[in-house]
Amino acid sequence: MTITPDSVVYWQWGPVVINATLVFTWVTMALLVGVSVVVTRKLTPGFEMGRGQNALEAVVGTLREQIREVSRQDPERFLSFIGTLFLFIVLSNVLGVIPGYHSPTGSLTTTAALAVCVFFAVPLFGIQDKGLSAYLKNYIKPTPIMLPFNIIGELSRTLALAVRLFGNIMSGSLIAAILIGVVPLFFPVVMNVFSILIGVIQAYIFSVLAMVYIASGTAATGRTDEKAQDERKGEP
Amino acid sequence: MDSATLVSLVSIAVSGITIAIGSIGPALGEGRALAQALSAMAQQPDEAQQITRTLFVGLAMVESTAIYCFVVSIILIFANPFWRYFLAQ
Repeated sequence: MTITPDSVVYWQWGPVVINATLVFTWVTMALLVGVSVVVTRKLTPGFEMGRGQNALEAVVGTLREQIREVSRQDPERFLSFIGTLFLFIVLSNVLGVIPGYHSPTGSLTTTAALAVCVFFAVPLFGIQDKGLSAYLKNYIKPTPIMLPFNIIGELSRTLALAVRLFGNIMSGSLIAAILIGVVPLFFPVVMNVFSILIGVIQAYIFSVLAMVYIASGTAATGRTDEKAQDERKGEP
Repeated sequence: MDSATLVSLVSIAVSGITIAIGSIGPALGEGRALAQALSAMAQQPDEAQQITRTLFVGLAMVESTAIYCFVVSIILIFANPFWRYFLAQ
């Protein structure tokens, strides 16, 4: 029974280690990229389209709609980042039911890397939107006393993001492994179906939380408030 | 009783206590949140989608404390640093 796919080492040369986390990350990436390349090779405008194009259009449309609802901003800017996060996590979680496939998200290294991406994306989008000084002023709102708490909050939510995804996926695979030892016949299948559900929900939660964090760093609410105030001032 | 036995004994007992106590709070909190969301959805069925999304995100936030406890107890059992120290000696 392996707790994390990091401990399954396929190849090692000095400090360079190729473990199951890396390999199955590559498998997931290859699947995502390969399917997308095959489908987008023959795109057609209008209503006449192939099955693959229809599926991908539905996926992208849903992502766009969800991002618009969560962030209340134009989704186009965030679509590539949030969509990549969601598709990668959901695919690696769902493929975890295949025997022999170790979910890369069941390793703390992968989830920590994803969380660090979110950690850096928040100031990047924020500065792109408002400029450096206006973004940094966010940290001393409402008073400068809150500065350390804001910084601690920024760090701890990154940790929470990583550990939440890791804990859920790891517990799912661990429960399946334990149950196969205890009741090998029918019950592990039910728990596997349950872990698919958990995996999809966790992927959704990860991307929604990433979107919420990014949206809180960008100027959306502030800008619309100012606009509304300006309009109100303009009115006689 | 030598110290290795003591460490393993304490680790196993504490990991059980960790997950037992650590799951009480989130369970109560999630139950409250779910009940509130259900009554809100019964009052305003039009807002069900919005409420469900917020509910999921909130449940994940609440649940993460239980997940921390779970991770700590797993570390105590399978990857205990003190245990390793005594095994190395």
